[in-house]
Amino acid sequence: MTTLPDTRSFATVAIGDELTPLDLPITRTLIVSTAIATRDYQVVHHDPSIAAERGSQDIIMNILTSNAFVGRFVTDWTGPNSFIRSVKVRLGAPNYPGDTMVITGSVTAKDDVNKVVTVAVKGSNSMGDHMNATVEVILP
Amino acid sequence: MSNTTSDIIVDATPEAKAAFFSELQTYVGLEIGAPTPAPDEINAPMIRHLVEAVGDKNPVYTNVDVANKSIHGGIVAPPTMLQAWVMNGIDGPTRSGDGPYEKMNQLLFSRGFTSVVGTNSEQTYVRYLRPGDQLTMRTVIDSISDEKTTGLGTGHFVSTRQDYYDAQNELVGSMLFRIFRFQPKAKAPATKAKALRPRPATTHDNQWYFDGVNDGILYAQACADCGEVRFPTGPMCPTCHSLKWDKVEMPLTGTIHSFVIAHYPQVPSFDYPLPVLLVDIDPSVSHAGKPGNNKVRMIMNSADTDLDALVVGARVRIEIRATDPDMKLPFAILDSTSNTGAAS
Repeated sequence: MTTLPDTRSFATVAIGDELTPLDLPITRTLIVSTAIATRDYQVVHHDPSIAAERGSQDIIMNILTSNAFVGRFVTDWTGPNSFIRSVKVRLGAPNYPGDTMVITGSVTAKDDVNKVVTVAVKGSNSMGDHMNATVEVILP
Repeated sequence: MSNTTSDIIVDATPEAKAAFFSELQTYVGLEIGAPTPAPDEINAPMIRHLVEAVGDKNPVYTNVDVANKSIHGGIVAPPTMLQAWVMNGIDGPTRSGDGPYEKMNQLLFSRGFTSVVGTNSEQTYVRYLRPGDQLTMRTVIDSISDEKTTGLGTGHFVSTRQDYYDAQNELVGSMLFRIFRFQPKAKAPATKAKALRPRPATTHDNQWYFDGVNDGILYAQACADCGEVRFPTGPMCPTCHSLKWDKVEMPLTGTIHSFVIAHYPQVPSFDYPLPVLLVDIDPSVSHAGKPGNNKVRMIMNSADTDLDALVVGARVRIEIRATDPDMKLPFAILDSTSNTGAAS
């Protein structure tokens, strides 16, 4: 790839627009590789037997990775010439291996002065909401 | 974090609770220790490891040529990666154990608030980080809530604010991180009703047998033409093929033909270890001498029986008992009087 992919323009976005949903299979490989890539060596993110001793049914995805997926989900939709200004995540049900997190999102507000679009992002798994996030992103 | 539950301080009065809360509040606004420098400068390999792991294809994180053409003017780190740059790594925290954060935690532990769960992460970005940036984090205790009770238990929400500075000491991003420090609520005793045993699969050809059991009578079946006794029940005599049949009332006594004790898999409606017996039922009086009368064999569980005493050939008596208000089943009970020594 040598050309810059298109970026969604602020003018074309409307409140209520839905982002392309993302079905994310939660595998052990995903949980462990993302934990290590974020330098998070807490045992609950890679050791199932110790996780079980501490009362968790299995290893769980770490918070830094939930943040990373919120960022990916939004820029997958905006394209590369966007600037994420804030990511606010409220955490809920854990992501265990074998589950699937479905990430959905929609545009909830537009700031015409600063060209900021507010996106509500939700990640749901079989137990409920893993996360509810609010993202502010500046579009061209 | 180790803390025994035996030495928990209980603030029994509103005054004691208020004093504890006031003491907690003295930590708000304190910086938890010396600024933490990121061990590595922002670098392309660590960015690539993370975006690979999360499948993020945004070219501004990895592709120099494309990134140069973007508004970012070159490779940048994913903004959400902010916290990763200052993570402790495999050796854990390097802070000394007597800083304000640790002391605040000890205070919370002293009241039994030993469990922790992350509830909120709020990041704001001044600018994206690029390779070569040297990051330093300063952490301040931002707020401590009063006592709250959630689905997890009772405790306090503790928010810390992490501010990230570059080498020029310019703020590049911040994170408000909220945890819930709590005492897990005691597990409610299991009050769930025990699952009922599965219902028998009844048909036109066996409903009458279960109706009999419900009335306290153990029936086998006999051919009305040739007199052969049979069990399990069926529409036709296997010998003379007659479709006519009679009920045969069986005595509530028999002999263990075989048995097995099931340990696994465990089904919620049964108690384990679960004895499953094949019982040769004693011949019926009404069909004495008829073929099959001494071959009626039924499967049932045992009850009121020492499982170690079960032995092939032992005598049992059969009791029809209710397993729940809507179902009765026959159970074999080891006849201890007539089996003395049989199990040795």
